[in-house]
Amino acid sequence: MLKVTNLHVHYGAIHAIKGVNFNVSEGEIVTLIGSNGAGKTTILKTISQLLEQTEGKVLFLGENMKQYAPHEIVHLGVSHVPEGRHVFPDLSVLENLEMGAYHRKDIKNIKKDFEEVFKNFPRLEERKNQQAGTLSGGEQQMLAMGRALMGHPKILLLDEPSMGLAPILVDQIFKIIDKINKTGTTILLVEQNANRALHVSDKGYVLETGKIIAQGSAKELLNNKKVKEAYLSA
Amino acid sequence: MDKLKQLHKTLVNNKFINYTVVFFIFIILFLLINSGVINRYLSNLIIMILIMIVMATSLNIATGFLGQLHLGHAAFMGIGAYTAGIIGIALQDVIASDLLLFLVATFGAMITAGFAGFLVGTPALRLRGDYLGIMTLGFGEIVRTVITNLKSITNGAQGLSGIPRIMTFPIAFWTTVIVVTLIFLFMNSRHGRAIISIREDEIASESVGINITRYKLLGFILASMFAGVGGSMFAFKESFLAPISFNFIKSVEIFVIVVLGGMGSLSGSIIAAIVLVFLPEYLRDFNQYRYLLYSSVLIIIMLYRPQGLMGTKEINFIKIKTWIKSKYTKVFLKGSD
Repeated sequence: MLKVTNLHVHYGAIHAIKGVNFNVSEGEIVTLIGSNGAGKTTILKTISQLLEQTEGKVLFLGENMKQYAPHEIVHLGVSHVPEGRHVFPDLSVLENLEMGAYHRKDIKNIKKDFEEVFKNFPRLEERKNQQAGTLSGGEQQMLAMGRALMGHPKILLLDEPSMGLAPILVDQIFKIIDKINKTGTTILLVEQNANRALHVSDKGYVLETGKIIAQGSAKELLNNKKVKEAYLSA
Repeated sequence: MDKLKQLHKTLVNNKFINYTVVFFIFIILFLLINSGVINRYLSNLIIMILIMIVMATSLNIATGFLGQLHLGHAAFMGIGAYTAGIIGIALQDVIASDLLLFLVATFGAMITAGFAGFLVGTPALRLRGDYLGIMTLGFGEIVRTVITNLKSITNGAQGLSGIPRIMTFPIAFWTTVIVVTLIFLFMNSRHGRAIISIREDEIASESVGINITRYKLLGFILASMFAGVGGSMFAFKESFLAPISFNFIKSVEIFVIVVLGGMGSLSGSIIAAIVLVFLPEYLRDFNQYRYLLYSSVLIIIMLYRPQGLMGTKEINFIKIKTWIKSKYTKVFLKGSD
């Protein structure tokens, strides 16, 4: 479904991504793990064209993503939930979700998606008239994910959904990620919390300073000695 | 579906009440002016308020809804005013009807001011916050200098005179109503939503598929076009234009109205425009001290209501109606106890 081949990205003179290859098939949850500065977020931003690649290809359903502007990506069925949540703080929860369906014209299905989102995030329904800026961090994360789902994406790009959340909330978020996946949305997940991420994933790639140093099924990675020492030791 | 119908019903009802109130205000003011209860000085002041309402609500598109610091709004007013003035002088013998002349000139003013907005908007979109503020400020000064030095067209610093004085209260009033209504409808449309979401969070807007560049530019152009309308009203009211009328101080004056009324509230801009035009006039007795009072009012409001008088809310007469109703029914119920 999503195929990244020989991807290179530069920030000015800094060579951030040095030839990355990976694949996401339909219906999977794929995780990119790695420490700070490994280039996980950079890869997601490049997929959604917020950054420009210097070399290589990003193919989504056979189409080269390079020809699209960032706001057109969502029309193709790729929703990016950026790092640090980014909800619309002065709009209500409901309005935030409506904005997620901004580019859609199929009003009937939007209604269905509303119900779906509220089923996945009952917390959001309780607070639907509250200003998004007054929500807790976890609720904002749920809202950002819910908003992305309102775009009815084929693939969801999640950038560190567990960042800065209490352990109980992290549990909840990962359960929801699993649930969303079961209803047919492919997910590309970027996480520092490698242990949790790999437990819900099908496949994983380990990044270090812009290169993939290990890959395999989630089970393999969880048992990989090197990965265990570097990322799962806790 | 029922909910939708209900919403539709309240909306229609709502607009009806709001327009009735607007119409009543018009009738009352019109009668007072025509019967001479409101003297010429005061009716001139009212037209000035209406012009400032147009200027403030149009700046509100760029500053309040789009969230961009814009300190050169008077320049667009100036471009509109000079365009309208020149058209007015040229066509005053051709077009007999005052209203038609005003409409034609205003249309021209909207086009030139909108085009200037497009020219400034294109590079300005790359800038943020204070940098954009400085750029728009610089642009404002450039426009003023150009007007001063284009002697063959604008008559330079001596000013452009001989513009027909055709601005009457009804024309000014209904122009203002139309401008505010258009801005209101636009802001409550799908495009308005996109503009508001850019103010809220640019990254998030892009992630839900909003073309940021296009909507920023659109907001800028619209703000400039309506500033052109304000300029046209000004030209036909004063009948004389000088470049000094559109300096930085004027831009700040408009900006203060928007901030004070509440960024993102059209009714806030209207109230603030009324207060801030009336206040300095009514404090004339206090001589220079009035500026002290004027600034104190600003400081106090910013201290205690940093979001402005109205925040992002709008006044709605239907809410007032239901509020009065609930009061009355309470009184009535108490009486029947």
